[in-house]
Amino acid sequence: MSALRRRLVPYWLLGPGAIWLIVFFLVPMYYMARLSLYSGSFATGGFNFDWAWSNFPDALSANKTQIVRSFYYSGVATLLALLIAYPLAYAIALKAGRYRLLLLFAVIAPFFTTYLIRTIAWKTILADDSPVVNFLQAISVLPPDGRLLATPAAVIAGLTYNFLPFMILPIYASLERIDLGLIEAARDLYASSRQAFLRVTLPITMPGIVAGVLLTFIPAFGDYVNVYLLGGTGQAMVGNRIQSLYLVERNYPEAAALSFLMMAAILIVVLVYIRIAGTEAFIGSEEEAA
Amino acid sequence: MAWLRRNGIRIYAALAVAYMLIPIAVIALFSFGKTPRGKLTFSFDGFTTEYWRHAFSLTDLNEAMLTSLKLAALATVISTVIGTLMAMALVRYEFFGRRTTNLLIILPMASPEVVIGAALLSFFIILTTPLGFTTLLIAHVMFCISFVVVVVRSRLIGFDRSLEEAARDLYATPLQTFRYVTLPLLAPGVLAAALLAFALSIDDFVISNFNSGTTVTFPLYVFGVALRGIPVQVNVIATILFTVTVVAAGLVILQQRRAERMASRRAEPEQEAGPATSPRPQPEAA
Repeated sequence: MSALRRRLVPYWLLGPGAIWLIVFFLVPMYYMARLSLYSGSFATGGFNFDWAWSNFPDALSANKTQIVRSFYYSGVATLLALLIAYPLAYAIALKAGRYRLLLLFAVIAPFFTTYLIRTIAWKTILADDSPVVNFLQAISVLPPDGRLLATPAAVIAGLTYNFLPFMILPIYASLERIDLGLIEAARDLYASSRQAFLRVTLPITMPGIVAGVLLTFIPAFGDYVNVYLLGGTGQAMVGNRIQSLYLVERNYPEAAALSFLMMAAILIVVLVYIRIAGTEAFIGSEEEAA
Repeated sequence: MAWLRRNGIRIYAALAVAYMLIPIAVIALFSFGKTPRGKLTFSFDGFTTEYWRHAFSLTDLNEAMLTSLKLAALATVISTVIGTLMAMALVRYEFFGRRTTNLLIILPMASPEVVIGAALLSFFIILTTPLGFTTLLIAHVMFCISFVVVVVRSRLIGFDRSLEEAARDLYATPLQTFRYVTLPLLAPGVLAAALLAFALSIDDFVISNFNSGTTVTFPLYVFGVALRGIPVQVNVIATILFTVTVVAAGLVILQQRRAERMASRRAEPEQEAGPATSPRPQPEAA
């Protein structure tokens, strides 16, 4: 009896959280999949469930430009975030000495302000009469009447900035754990600092890079706030389409089909990643000090 | 030139940190600006503390802020309690279904917010649930749980279980052991998790956008006025919020470091006794 009760303890502890996640995360996913097979519209008197598989190809072809654009914008933003984050994480983890925690904090702190307000701040910084635009015009990067707002550049800049911590933290975590002896050993064996970096540091921190790329690309791909605030008319991404289909056009079946496809694509990538690298990037190390 | 090569990475890091902080500086600066509402240009027409003195003079904004605070407080309490229990089960027990549970916790963190929002809205549409504060609360608790589990878990790994055994040996009941030994040791981790949950909830826009109905939270208010130009009071409140969260987070970090230092000092004389514990909390995606 007591042994059985002990065996049940973890399930009691898990219960409330697991039920909440099942009922309000998994079940809604099922309902979204179901909604994507409805047909009808508000105009013709409502929706009916009738296995309307054609919603999927229709959703894809109707939103092809936005899907391609989302890959392009979030791909470039992820690459830029990697280029900014790696040297920064490297400097904080290995060169900052006793300022390490302070610097890490300075890097994370901006993300304690509301996401929307941060993006609106960028709208101010990139506005037509801002110092940034004036400077770019003065050095002829932008034509005299050129602007940054409402261009793809502004959207990509916003995406890069907003998701940067998701790139910095996993890379920092992998650099912090690195055994400096390995780099020294490479140098002792006459590797140039470049070779030591490319053949020792970089491969060791690759899991952090992959995790950072995933954690940055996924939210950037689904984002619609940056386009809404920084972009113009020709820059809608998939997220904007999903938002508009659900909340403005109320074309629920197409909306559900589109978000279901996005979820399925991301699910495949995440599951493949977990299969290869384990769950560590998302929920931390599994090792216990048993 | 050699100096530049040696210090290049430091200069780069300094520039990157400056880049991260620029928007915050802009928000704080413009909370003192005489910029009239609706102006979407970069113009600072002079310094004024007017909007700081009248920070709470916009009824809509105040109501939205109150709704957000209420929502964040409730979501924090609920998600911290059930997330902490989950973390304890995951670290302390071997049980059937562990991997599935891990996956269940990861998936909400790995899904784009727009999909989570859309899925919940689909759920509420099909069940014809009226949207409002309750649906917002359900959604906020849902996306906070995973982060709470991650933070508390990192704290529980590296927890010295012999302290609990000692309490049991001294005839403490399981409940007393939990109340007087486990909970105090766990408190910094739980506090950090609660703070993160609060920050996530008060900041959430996308998922709320889908499930709010006519309820307006602070981010939803900002979204509503964003294209017309935000009132300066929003900058003031954002600056206040930022300062409060940063101070709170700073205190939590300092407290954790002190606890670690004390723990390591206590552990030093008997270093060989137990397996090495490394109570270094991993900073996770915030």
